Amino acid sequence: LAIIKCTFTFNLFYILFPQIIAFDELKTDYKNPIDQCNTLNPTIEKVKKIKRVKIAIKLVLPEYLIHFFFCVMFFCAAEWLTLCLNLPLLAYHVWRYMSRPVMSCPGLYDPTTIMNADILAFCQKEGWCKLAFYLLSFFYYLYGMIYVLVSS
Amino acid sequence: MLFESGGITENLDGFDQLSWQGGWINASRPDTGEKATLGPSQNPVGLQQLPGVSYGMTHQPTYNPMQAKAPAPPGTGLYPSGPYQPVHPVSSYQPGPPLSSYPAPSGQALLTRPLMGGPPSHTPPQSASPGPRLPPAQATPPPPAVSSSSYYPNPRQPQPMAPAWHYNTAPPPMGQPTSMSIPPRGPVPNHVNPAASSTPSSTPYSSAPPAHVPHSVTQPPGPGMPPTSLHGYTQPGPAPPPMTHMAPHTYQPSRAPYGPPPTGPPPTMKPTPPPTGTLMPNATPPPPKADGTVAGNGPQAPNSYNHVDNKMAGLPQPGPPGRHLGHYPSLPPGYQNTSALHNAGPPMHPAMQAATQPYTQPPQTYQQPPGGPGPAQLSQSLAALSLQSSTPESLRVVNLLQERNLLPPNPMPAPTPCLPQDLQKINCNPEVFRSTLTSIPQTQSLLNKAKMPLGLLLHPFKDLSQLPVVTSSTIVRCRSCRTYINPFVNFLDQRRWKCNLCYRVNDVPEEFMYNPVSRSYGEPHKRPEVQNATIEFIAPSEYMLRPPQPAVYLFILDVSHNAVETGYLNVFCQSLLDNINALPGDSRTKVGFITFDSTIHFYNLQEGLSQPQMLIVSDIEDIFLPTPDSLLVNLNECKELVQDLLKSLPNLFEKTMETQSALGSALQAAFKLLSPTGGRMSIFQTQLPNLGVGALQSREDPNQRASAKDIQHLSPATDFYKKLALDCSGQQVAVDLFLLSSQYCDLASLGCISRYSAGSVYYYPSYHHQHNPAQVECFQKDLKRYLTRKIGFEAVMRIRCTKGLSIHTFHGNFFVRSTDLLSLPNVNPDAGFAVQMSIEENLDDMQVVSFQAALLYTSSKGERRIRVHTLCLPVVNSLADIFAGADVQAITGLLACMAVDRSATASLSDARDAMTNAAIDSLTSYRQSVLTIQQPGLLAPACLRLFPLFILALLKQKAFRTGTSTRLDDRLFAMCQLKYQPLVYALLMIHPALYRVDDLTDEGALNINDRTIPQPRVLQLSVEKLSREAAFLMDAGTVMYLWIGRNCHPNFLTQVLGVPNYAAVPDNLYLLPELDTAESQRTRAFIGWLRDQRPFFPSLHVIRDESQLKPTFMQNMIEDRTESALSYYEFLLHLQQQISK
Repeated sequence: LAIIKCTFTFNLFYILFPQIIAFDELKTDYKNPIDQCNTLNPTIEKVKKIKRVKIAIKLVLPEYLIHFFFCVMFFCAAEWLTLCLNLPLLAYHVWRYMSRPVMSCPGLYDPTTIMNADILAFCQKEGWCKLAFYLLSFFYYLYGMIYVLVSS
Repeated sequence: MLFESGGITENLDGFDQLSWQGGWINASRPDTGEKATLGPSQNPVGLQQLPGVSYGMTHQPTYNPMQAKAPAPPGTGLYPSGPYQPVHPVSSYQPGPPLSSYPAPSGQALLTRPLMGGPPSHTPPQSASPGPRLPPAQATPPPPAVSSSSYYPNPRQPQPMAPAWHYNTAPPPMGQPTSMSIPPRGPVPNHVNPAASSTPSSTPYSSAPPAHVPHSVTQPPGPGMPPTSLHGYTQPGPAPPPMTHMAPHTYQPSRAPYGPPPTGPPPTMKPTPPPTGTLMPNATPPPPKADGTVAGNGPQAPNSYNHVDNKMAGLPQPGPPGRHLGHYPSLPPGYQNTSALHNAGPPMHPAMQAATQPYTQPPQTYQQPPGGPGPAQLSQSLAALSLQSSTPESLRVVNLLQERNLLPPNPMPAPTPCLPQDLQKINCNPEVFRSTLTSIPQTQSLLNKAKMPLGLLLHPFKDLSQLPVVTSSTIVRCRSCRTYINPFVNFLDQRRWKCNLCYRVNDVPEEFMYNPVSRSYGEPHKRPEVQNATIEFIAPSEYMLRPPQPAVYLFILDVSHNAVETGYLNVFCQSLLDNINALPGDSRTKVGFITFDSTIHFYNLQEGLSQPQMLIVSDIEDIFLPTPDSLLVNLNECKELVQDLLKSLPNLFEKTMETQSALGSALQAAFKLLSPTGGRMSIFQTQLPNLGVGALQSREDPNQRASAKDIQHLSPATDFYKKLALDCSGQQVAVDLFLLSSQYCDLASLGCISRYSAGSVYYYPSYHHQHNPAQVECFQKDLKRYLTRKIGFEAVMRIRCTKGLSIHTFHGNFFVRSTDLLSLPNVNPDAGFAVQMSIEENLDDMQVVSFQAALLYTSSKGERRIRVHTLCLPVVNSLADIFAGADVQAITGLLACMAVDRSATASLSDARDAMTNAAIDSLTSYRQSVLTIQQPGLLAPACLRLFPLFILALLKQKAFRTGTSTRLDDRLFAMCQLKYQPLVYALLMIHPALYRVDDLTDEGALNINDRTIPQPRVLQLSVEKLSREAAFLMDAGTVMYLWIGRNCHPNFLTQVLGVPNYAAVPDNLYLLPELDTAESQRTRAFIGWLRDQRPFFPSLHVIRDESQLKPTFMQNMIEDRTESALSYYEFLLHLQQQISK
């Protein structure tokens, strides 16, 4: 049991990092909208922009998958409390993916609408909230792991 | 450095010229009006005035109770209105005019007095001068009453005034004549709230009546007076402003004479000094005083009131003064009055104009302040008489339930921001750059309270008749925010300027010190960059990433069976042949052609071939270019081959039986072809693409078209077109879509290709070369414009705004690359944009904020250019000021864009609710926060009086209507247009203009290029305005209907339509015969003029009662009730119900 939890925590790190990177990138894009040097470089800038969005897309799916995987593991390990904590997020992820814009490829974010102030702000907020949630659960898992180690 | 200033006229478009002219006329109107009053002392006017006044009084009774509370003393005097009215025109008239003018001043006098404090000494003399007039005033106590009554409503007036004063103080007039000139205007613009704004316009009119009496009087005092008046000015800072207000009302007429001596040109100024004098007199004489006290409470109100009356009365008088008089006694409900007056209105208007014309020259630029539209005010103002008018004209309270005729008889001009005159003079033309709120709220919370959307509407690449172009090796920009130097920056001294967006202090480069226009040194503030809010720079090489691209045009033509059936190929080829030399470009211009059905056909046009070579690629899954080098060819070198191809193309596919359409593959091929250079592709598509990538399925269920339930399929079915558009955008390729189809084509999906690549969409439903000649003509004309209009390649547009404001959302066709940067592979002169703004930080210590739109593009001649527009707007901190500055047209335009977004992301019913709520919220907010006196009814400020009407029009617009059978593509096309059309055209689509055209006269006609263009008045969109004996023209933007009444005068039928009687009017008439009769010429001149004003070609349909199009025509009768939608009145009731909740 302890080992399982241990791997969970490590895996969580893997979730956290991409999250931070992706939303920080979006955020910097938001905070620093004036690309002083590249104003006149439409082509490059545009490609950059789309790439950035793609990064976010690439990161979002693995995150969802890993989170789903965790939930399954919790279920197998009969960690009901932990599972309950994670279920709302899982449901949210499902809902979010179902209501994504029309796209032929997997992903959540549409480059044409992402720059809308509301959507961008929402994505940012969503990112920070999830970050906080993952962080808290990380400590909770850590605590659980140590507790198990000590008690055994 | 090279410098060309003001020299270059880019596309000279008749439309532009017109529009500018229009602006002029509006601006000058007030002046002219004023002049008119001065010059011809119009006695008849005076007569009219009285009626007007009295009439207003009649209304008053309702309010009186309330008013009575405030000022006790005048009470008795006030209500004499009843008796007063009976007075005979003549008797009343003489006293009347003076009276009307008097009371107002007197009230102000009181107000001013406290402020002035000291200057009584001066006043006495002044009073003396007015003395002559006083007698009449006293003689007729009733008039004061009138004024007083009007004032009552505003016990709070003092408060509103205060801000105005503040403003005024800012531009303290004193000092030299120049400063003098400023004040009059200053106050006007400043007054966010103030009646002053209204006053200017009013003054002219009101002045008229007194003019005759005062004339003699005034002249003498004139010389002596000036000094004293001036004195008064200088001494008390605050005092002057009030005076200015007053002046316009009453004294202007007389004052005018004075003015000249002291300052010379600014007649407006003059008026001000007199007021002071007059004020004092009022104060001194007891009887008037009473009036004054009354007035004092509501100084401003009276003014606006009076002027309103004057206007109304004055104008009509030429006709039947007596008639009006008769009216007024009986006028209990504002409703009736207004209508009666309304009718009278039109004739007056032209007369006004005529009178004014001669006088236009005066510099006054009294721009009509917020409320602005001179003519518009007439009708409404009449109606408004009964209402308490709070300070500014635009804030005058209008009870929408009682006043029916709110529509201005002429097109409404944009409201003018309340800026100091010198700033306003150089501000950006509202047709190019316009804000929904001409006064920017200080904080977001204030904006939220006002419940009105804050945003900008732009038409950045509009064809301008005058555009200064600057060539300079260094373009002066702010070092931190990269703002271009503009007229609203501050020069701290000769060498430094402060950015008006980020407030950084920058150095003035050495080069900028020299002014090439005047060839002088050391006057950076005289440079054209600092003198023009719209300017174009020729950009040096730092602004290029690559050498400017040549003009490249690729045409992608659908040649499937369906397409050949419609016969569009002939028209297209012919148009292109005709205009091939007019394609914008230089010696590098390239063209190419691709046709497609189930396969893709390329055309090798390489030089040296004897005839065009067709290359067919049938592998549509993996498209490739057969000969990449020779498909796009230089137009000049291969013109003959191109012409050969165009001549043979229509015949080439005559017999085709291929019904499939592989549009997606054709687009991919075109993208490959264009991606090395960038350029423009024009797609001509006639059916749903059903083969290969990007194939679509019909999603429309015709049975659901009229369902009141939610409309489905407003968003794209696939992202293929969007992704392709983004790729195109990255390679500087724009895609324009011409959809000529009788069946469902899924514009929601197809439209994406243009939407995200900054293209344009044209849609010709049921296009057929034989069955639908009107569409053919329309297509032809549009195509001509499309091929020859200006074009900018590889463009980006950045919109900057003062620190604290930020851009929330963009609307239009483009790809948003960064929070303030739009990528526009092509930009064309017919594209409009809208931007929603939000306020992120409080704008506490700012007087004004600025917005700058900079469009960087490559011209068709391969020049890199930057077009910069800068708009400056005042910041205000009270809700009343925000409402006073609301621009109802711009708000409507922006709301329409927002609603389109909403219906795509949420649902149509959501969007409809949101629009209704927008009206409810803003009116509720107005009622709760701005109105201090609660009255029954649906109250709106004058500037928003059309808001509910426009919202209702939007709800009934093709894009948003429910319950009426609307094809999905029609709906989506309407949505596209709402987002993409510049505001002027979008507004016509929303609220068509209805004119009566069977009795066009030259009265009030415009004269353009030796053509006389009649100006009938705009009628309300209600069947009640139609009559069987007449003919009406409805101008709905992209289409016009000429409706012929069953009993239409045979004269019109024979002289204009060339048919003997009603029954002989053909069913499918879409052209007016060119008859050599005056009526025919007038009608055609008018329709031609309307068409010239817009870049697309509205087709004309002549319809009778039996015509198929009649239902469409009737659907545009917005104010009427339909099976599925509320009438205007019901809608108002609904709003009222919601508001009073």
